[in-house]
Amino acid sequence: MTEATMSEGTGTIEALSLVPKAEAKQSMKDFKSDQEVRWCPGCGDYAVLAAVQGFMPELGLAKENIVFVSGIGCSSRFPYYMDTYGMHSIHGRAPAIATGLASSRRDLSVWVVTGDGDALSIGGNHLIHALRRNVNLKILLFNNRIYGLTKGQYSPTSEVGKITKSTPMGSLDAPFNPVSLAIGAEASFVARTVDSDRQHLTSVLRQAAAHPGTALVEIYQNCNIFNDGAFEVLKDKQQAQEAVIRLEHGKPIVFGTDSAKGVIRDSLTGDLKIVTVTEDNQSQILVHDAHAASPTTAFALSRLADPDTLHHTPIGVLRSVDRPVYDTQMSDQLDAAIERDGKGDLAALLAGRDTWTVVG
Amino acid sequence: MTSQVSSRSEQTDGTVVGEQRKPSGDKEVRRLDRVIIRFAGDSGDGMQLTGDRFTSETASFGNDLSTLPNFPAEIRAPAGTLPGVSSFQLHFADHDILTPGDAPNVLVAMNPAALKANIDDVPRGAEIIVNTDEFSKRAMAKVGYDASPLDDGSLDGYSVHPVPLTTLTVEALKEFELSRKDAGRSKNMFALGLLSWMYHRPTEGTEAFLKQKFAKKPDIAEANIAAFRAGWNFGETTEDFAVSYEVAPASKAFPTGTYRNISGNLALSYGLIAAGRQADLPLYLGSYPITPASDILHELSKHKNFGVRTFQAEDEIAGIGAALGAAFGGSLAVTTTSGPGVALKSETIGLAVSLELPLLIVDIQRGGPSTGLPTKTEQADLLQAMFGRNGEAPVPVIAPKTPVDCFDAALEAARIAVTYRTPVFLLSDGYLANGSEPWRIPEVDELPDLRVQFAQGPNHTAADGTEVFWPYKRDPQTLARPWAVPGTPGLEHRIGGIEKQDGTGNISYDPANHELMVRTRQAKIDGIDVPDLEVDDADGQAKLLVLGWGSTYGPITAAVRRLRAAGQSVAQAHLRHLNPFPRNLGEVLRRYEKVVVPEMNLGQLATLLRAKYLVDAQSFNQVNGMPFKAEQLATALKEAIDD
Repeated sequence: MTEATMSEGTGTIEALSLVPKAEAKQSMKDFKSDQEVRWCPGCGDYAVLAAVQGFMPELGLAKENIVFVSGIGCSSRFPYYMDTYGMHSIHGRAPAIATGLASSRRDLSVWVVTGDGDALSIGGNHLIHALRRNVNLKILLFNNRIYGLTKGQYSPTSEVGKITKSTPMGSLDAPFNPVSLAIGAEASFVARTVDSDRQHLTSVLRQAAAHPGTALVEIYQNCNIFNDGAFEVLKDKQQAQEAVIRLEHGKPIVFGTDSAKGVIRDSLTGDLKIVTVTEDNQSQILVHDAHAASPTTAFALSRLADPDTLHHTPIGVLRSVDRPVYDTQMSDQLDAAIERDGKGDLAALLAGRDTWTVVG
Repeated sequence: MTSQVSSRSEQTDGTVVGEQRKPSGDKEVRRLDRVIIRFAGDSGDGMQLTGDRFTSETASFGNDLSTLPNFPAEIRAPAGTLPGVSSFQLHFADHDILTPGDAPNVLVAMNPAALKANIDDVPRGAEIIVNTDEFSKRAMAKVGYDASPLDDGSLDGYSVHPVPLTTLTVEALKEFELSRKDAGRSKNMFALGLLSWMYHRPTEGTEAFLKQKFAKKPDIAEANIAAFRAGWNFGETTEDFAVSYEVAPASKAFPTGTYRNISGNLALSYGLIAAGRQADLPLYLGSYPITPASDILHELSKHKNFGVRTFQAEDEIAGIGAALGAAFGGSLAVTTTSGPGVALKSETIGLAVSLELPLLIVDIQRGGPSTGLPTKTEQADLLQAMFGRNGEAPVPVIAPKTPVDCFDAALEAARIAVTYRTPVFLLSDGYLANGSEPWRIPEVDELPDLRVQFAQGPNHTAADGTEVFWPYKRDPQTLARPWAVPGTPGLEHRIGGIEKQDGTGNISYDPANHELMVRTRQAKIDGIDVPDLEVDDADGQAKLLVLGWGSTYGPITAAVRRLRAAGQSVAQAHLRHLNPFPRNLGEVLRRYEKVVVPEMNLGQLATLLRAKYLVDAQSFNQVNGMPFKAEQLATALKEAIDD
């Protein structure tokens, strides 16, 4: 989907076909609420907020039909800053609340904003079930690999051995890889991006918005107070060359200076491995297929990243496949029931089949 | 099963309301005003089905009735053991009755375990029908009978009918080419046929039911029907059963109308569907399966043609979360659960209090704490419903008093939720949920109008003269905030669990604002319009008031009747609204020298009454998983009167 077709409106986007369009052209300003943004100066959340506010006009949706639902944590203050409908709910439960909203109101574009603690720790159950159901939700998971709002404890994505306030001798927990988790939970759309790369972030948001069903977007986000520089290796131009694998559907998976490195399938194990591209192996370089029916390769790609150093971190859309959408099917069942039984007749329901009459 | 519906022509005398099937022989027929039957057997013996069928026959005949199913939490407890006994008690009468009865007049015991588990409830003189085929040495030893109770004189004083139910059933089905084991499975239908003969029940309904239930296995349907008929015929021919009984329809007990039999959970489900229709809002149920509430999820999921959405969530928290999300979107939202589920939902209920969105929380109470007694009844979630949240988080509480009342209570809970924009607790219990009684089917146009107005435009003029929308600007009468649903242009707003500024709804940590908001939320709930408490003080002489709530209504009223029949003066009142209490409650309590509060807990309502009204309310408590017995309550009340 190119930007040109997107800005034409939403008519071509199946996921948003029931959402009314804006009557007038929108600008970023239309999506800024009157509330003062209260994240710490320098927080990565500012960049994500600006990217989302900047991207929304592209969708051209009536903003009263857009809802942001969040849980608890720094990132979950997000809805207050969007001039749409919004709910700042309780810790971990945003996917459940958004599921109720999206499954009862197909004319809404529903977004969930969550963090690594909110989505993966206290709310892990709701996240995996939203993904497997494929409700029409767009989940933005801000991953800063730390607990910020409670002032600096390790999170379920923190690296092993991390020294924090609650782990003075180092964290013992093996971290989650959110992308691997999502693919394992039957997600139909999984992507990863980085707060500071506005262009990449916007392109991922665009693809997520167009996806029918649940889209999970992991956004690496810097917490400059409690975990500053956590993603520096992916942001520093020099280091990023070797650390970041940019995935684009239909393109060979190569990275590094002069695209000198690539990903091939190890014929012995079936796993993926990184090689220096040569004339001999060039034909074996994997071409990224985000739409592959099987999640196997997407999962293998997600495992290339080293959880400690973040070397070989794939970003972009790892997986995007069509699957029946929960809310559509739920609505279809109502229609089918009416078709089969006729519209509900309360008097007939209350009477049932076994009655008797008492006359005066 | 339209054959059971009485035609108008049959009812010219105003009394005949069903088709009695009379025995054709010349045996003696006695007339009774009421009977209590208990069917008891192994979990796998089909006692609940047998009881349900006898209930349907009885309902279609026009008796008043009340039922008490009682079954173990295990789906199939070890066969022949005491924990595996499942029973179904039915009380039916030619006048209006209030309870499933204290003590059975007839016990049907399908095995030694069923006899042993139930005999203590059966008074001497009662009839006991036992399936002698199951009284093997081994089966008796399993439940601790050293000698057969059928022979050792321990049942002297009872009228025992030893019947080889299994053998007779197998004999009756010999043409069906079933194994002895399979044929024996129909023994519950044989027993049902025998009891149907004893009490002149109509039989067409059961035959039609069996045909429908086993539509895909016509052989099995025919075998069950054959066993059912054989049971009837056995009654007619055997000399052991010399007498049959008539219990006339309770025509005088019932106001004019069309009736059906209904259980509490079914009535509650219908109440929710009706509330959605009356509010003109789509009904949304977010729920997680839990005994004894799952029936509501099952029932509502059948009615998608009413626009009802049912969402079986991944857990209790997601169940209420989805419901709250749907409420934000403008649905009439419901979550159904039992006590352990309420514990998990507490934080979300607090959020709903803060968001001030309508939400029904249906708690079908069961024995607690923790997993407790999943299939038994209790009323011990009252204080959890009242206070089980962090912070000051008042929630209205409504409790139905009978299975039938679950319908009206659901509508009342919905009225309060949508009018005041608040979560509301509907506290039913296992006894109401599974018990059943006749219900006068309401006319749909008699149901209350619950329509609400969503916010449509700005409601406030800002200092600079612009028209703005304030999500927490309240209705001065109800203190309800506007319900502004997504999709409404110009009303975009953000709500959340953080304290909000009065009016604007923006985040506010201001101390004075928090105090104002806490007090305002409380004032909103305290100000809910609820009807005054009515007191039944027949002769105006009573010094003692008995005050109950919820499912104790039947036993309390039956006990009060007994006392009055014995010449005692006693006043009775029953609370449907537990929060807020009716305005006149304090005055009512002070009118009486003594107040007794029977509850199936350790005194939760009494605690509230004592705290709020400084009255010396006395508790009478029972927490054995079963409803009160009228006799036991009458005795306790008599002692309180005499004390």
